[in-house]
Amino acid sequence: MSSTQKTQQVEKPNLAVEIAGLSLKNPIMPASGTFGYGEEYAGYIDLNRLGAIVTKGLSLNPKAGNPTPRIAETVSGMLNAIGLQNVGVQDFARHKMPYLRELNTPIIANFFGNSLEEYGEVAKQLSDIPELAAAELNISCPNVKKGGIVFGTDPKAAEAAVTAVRKHLKMPLIVKLTPNVTDITVIARAVEEAGADAICCINTLTGMSIDVRTRKPRLANRTGGLSGPAIRPVAVRMVHQVVQAVKVPVIGVGGIIRAEDALEFLIAGASAVQVGTANFINPGAMMDIIDGLERFCIDEGIEDINRLVGSLEI
Amino acid sequence: MKNLTTKVLSNQEIAPGYYRMRILAPGYSQQARPGQFIMFRVQLSLPPLLRRPFGVFRTGFLPPECDGMPPLEYVEILYKVVGRGTGIMQELHEGDKVEILGPLGRGFDAGPVGEEKILVGGGIGLVPLYMLASELVKENRVRLLMGGRTRDDIITVTEFERLGVETYVSTEDGSLGEEGLVTQVLVRKLKKFPDSRVFACGPMPMLEAVEGICRDRKTPLQVSLEALMACGVGACLGCVVIGAGHTTEQPKQLCTCKAGPVFKSEQLDWSQFGGKNQKASGGCK
Ligand SMILES: Cc1cc2nc3c(=O)[nH]c(=O)nc-3n(C[C@H](O)[C@H](O)[C@H](O)COP(=O)(O)OP(=O)(O)OC[C@H]3O[C@@H](n4cnc5c(N)ncnc54)[C@H](O)[C@@H]3O)c2cc1C
Ligand SMILES: Cc1cc2nc3c(=O)[nH]c(=O)nc-3n(C[C@H](O)[C@H](O)[C@H](O)COP(=O)(O)O)c2cc1C
Ligand code: FES
Repeated sequence: MSSTQKTQQVEKPNLAVEIAGLSLKNPIMPASGTFGYGEEYAGYIDLNRLGAIVTKGLSLNPKAGNPTPRIAETVSGMLNAIGLQNVGVQDFARHKMPYLRELNTPIIANFFGNSLEEYGEVAKQLSDIPELAAAELNISCPNVKKGGIVFGTDPKAAEAAVTAVRKHLKMPLIVKLTPNVTDITVIARAVEEAGADAICCINTLTGMSIDVRTRKPRLANRTGGLSGPAIRPVAVRMVHQVVQAVKVPVIGVGGIIRAEDALEFLIAGASAVQVGTANFINPGAMMDIIDGLERFCIDEGIEDINRLVGSLEI
Repeated sequence: MKNLTTKVLSNQEIAPGYYRMRILAPGYSQQARPGQFIMFRVQLSLPPLLRRPFGVFRTGFLPPECDGMPPLEYVEILYKVVGRGTGIMQELHEGDKVEILGPLGRGFDAGPVGEEKILVGGGIGLVPLYMLASELVKENRVRLLMGGRTRDDIITVTEFERLGVETYVSTEDGSLGEEGLVTQVLVRKLKKFPDSRVFACGPMPMLEAVEGICRDRKTPLQVSLEALMACGVGACLGCVVIGAGHTTEQPKQLCTCKAGPVFKSEQLDWSQFGGKNQKASGGCK
């Protein structure tokens, strides 16, 4: 450091953070849907080094998802229209939890529904799984009974979904917001009001890509969710806005592939971050990011990573 | 299965638009099974963002760089330049850094020894059949039926012959071997050797036609499929195919990267591929 302020010597910085009552070894966890049910990556990385594990989105019944093609590469990103294919909450409890419960890291179940009743029922069934540390509610889904309006794009609908879940859920609740709205702070305040213990943002940005030779959309579903480095500036901006609008902790997601990217989110005010698309490019991405955070703290003389959270200078 | 940061040993054009790349890959000759694939990171800086899947053509050893060093273990891939990623790949040189994830997926099941084995390859689809052939020839009679549009699409046939495989080439324009589709050769061979086991890899229309032919004759068939892939390890669910017996209530979808890329034909719901062949042969399922 060239500044006059001498940095202090730090040998082993503290990376541990707390979110909604959960103690995490470090602020790094996978983003839902990019890490399967954890076991898929067990051969590549030490899952116990992760701050937490977030599962694929779960629904009341098993879900087949969309027809293929489901993915398309775009500039510095990818579109996906997986359609929330998952094994269902019961199968998850029976066949995926036995593996996950043996790990020494908190397990967060991501889930969704297509009606308020379904959200409530999944919350109830998740509460029967004792080893779950928290639940992450995905509100980027249409309310099938109300003409398909996406819960997360309307403050009233978002509030209703969170209320329906809160009633049944016996563990900390993280609510994951969609960026496909005019003002994300309105939704953030609504879900905080309804009882969210933490807010996670952002989910994917709706996009579309066309094969000019066939003149067909490159996804069978026509549109899909954009993820990867391309969305990072949007995600950082939204985290910055949400952090100012609410009191609950915020988890930042969107385009993180390196430690510096994660640091952007922490400095913007996120207490932890999730890594999604980067896992596909490099299964070791989260390990590299954890190592990179530690190195950054040592280099900058920061003994506790929490001191970076919200340290944005304006 | 692991992620190796490694380097290119060689990268040569073997026919117009087709390349053969050798990559330093310790452990691969022990680990890689016929039909498996790797996820190749084209360059360590982005883009392109996603890795590209390529079948393992073969593994082997090169003499050491200098005396007293261990031999260099490699994995070899054959690829056709079709787009952005493969376009960058053709420019790679000896010593360039790359990353490979693998070997991945489920490969071929050789079946009982002593059988007649028929391999059907269409164009670049021949890749995963080479390692299979090199294992099968030890204890079986092996025939390769190789099809392509023109003579430029017929690659590495002499390498199969050197293994002791009987080869039959057909091209759609008649520029090499028999004129016509590889499937007409298959029909003839199955008439002559009805108790064969068939292994096929190539474009989807070819696979559908092969499936129709084998279904009619109750010939056991394994196919190697391609799919758009992001992760290669069963996490993203981008690469699914519909399995036999799938319903909306009880979804039976199979990840091409994990349950495949090689499937027994009866594992799949063939109606999903929208094939003309399905209707032609009555589509009895
Ligand atoms: C299991 C498996 C094994 C394969 N083995 C071989 C092989 O041995 N030799 C070979 O030449 N090719 C093989 N392919 C196809 C190869 O992966 C594609 O040709 C390659 O990804 C094209 O990349 P690109 O960037 O040049 O093309 P682009 O069209 O620019 O690619 C855009 C995106 O589409 C994907 N894509 C395009 N074509 C295909 C395809 N046919 N299959 C899957 N993804 C595709 C790319 O990976 C990329 O994500 C295999 C595919 C699979 C699934
Ligand atoms: C293939 C894929 C599947 C996803 N599935 C889910 C899901 O089931 N539930 C969810 O809340 N988000 C899902 N997401 C969104 C991610 O969790 C994350 O919010 C988004 O990808 C942005 O992060 P990234 O740029 O790091 O990938 C998915 C994303 C991808 C790419
Ligand atoms: S490529 Fe991701 S699940 Fe198969």
